[in-house]
Amino acid sequence: MAWFVFILVAALTIGGGLGVVLSRNVVHAALALLVSLIAVAGVYLVLFAEFLALVQVLIYGGAIIIVLLFAVMLTRSSDYPRISDNKQWPLAAVAALALLGVLVPAFVINNVAGTQAQNASFTGIGESLFTTWAVPFEIASLVLLVALIGAIIIARSGPGEN
Amino acid sequence: MVDLVWFQLLSAALFVIGLYGVMARRSAVLIVMSIELMLNAVNINLIAAASHMEGTGSFANFDGQLIAIFIITVAAAEVGLALAIILRMFRNRSTVNVDEIDLMKW
Repeated sequence: MAWFVFILVAALTIGGGLGVVLSRNVVHAALALLVSLIAVAGVYLVLFAEFLALVQVLIYGGAIIIVLLFAVMLTRSSDYPRISDNKQWPLAAVAALALLGVLVPAFVINNVAGTQAQNASFTGIGESLFTTWAVPFEIASLVLLVALIGAIIIARSGPGEN
Repeated sequence: MVDLVWFQLLSAALFVIGLYGVMARRSAVLIVMSIELMLNAVNINLIAAASHMEGTGSFANFDGQLIAIFIITVAAAEVGLALAIILRMFRNRSTVNVDEIDLMKW
C-alpha cells in the first residue's frame, strides 16, 4: 500500500516538474508546478510527516502559486503564451544529467536499508520548535518581515517615475 | 515499506529537473518556478532522512522536519522578493527574459 501511494505521488511529482520545465505555455507551467507541489505533500504523508504536508499544501499550494500567477499576470508581454528556451538548453540538459549521474550512484552506494519511516507527532514538533529552535524561529519571522518590506520598496514606483 | 533510497532518488530527480529549468528557461518567472522545484527536492531529502532516523517517543528527532519548515519560510520570502524584482524588471525593460537583461554583461 505504501509502495502504491509512493509510486503514484512520485510519478505526479516528476511529471509536474517536467511539465514546469518543458511546457510552452507559462500558465500551464504554473499549473504543472501546482500538481508537483501537491504531490510533494503526498510524499510527506508517505513519510508520516503530517504537519509538513499541511504546511506544504497551505504555503506552496495556497500562497506561492498565487504569487507566481500574479507575476505571470502582471508581466504579460507579447511572447506569452508562446515561450522559448534559450540557446544553451542542450548544454543545460547535459549538465543536469551529469549531476543526476553523480547523485544516483551516491545515494545507491550509501543506501541504508531496513529503516522504517516513523511518525512525528505534532506535539514533538511544537516542543522542539519552541525550545531547541526558538532563536531560528524568531529570526525566521524577522526574515519574513524584512523580505516583505524590501519587496514593497522594490516594487513601488519612485518619485521620479510614472 | 518504502526504503530511504527511493525518496532520495525522487529528490535527486526533482532537483535535476529544477536545475535544468533554471539553466534552460528564458523567462524569469519560469526560473523562479524551477527554483521552487529544487527547494522542494531538498525538503523531500531532509524529511525522508528525518523520518527514517532512529528513536521514537521522547527521543524522536525533529531537526530535519524543522529545517524543512525554515526552508519553506525562506522560500516564501524569496518568492515575494522575486515578484517585486520581476515587476521592477518588467517596468524598466518591458521584458522578463533574463538574456535580454544584459546591462552588466561584459
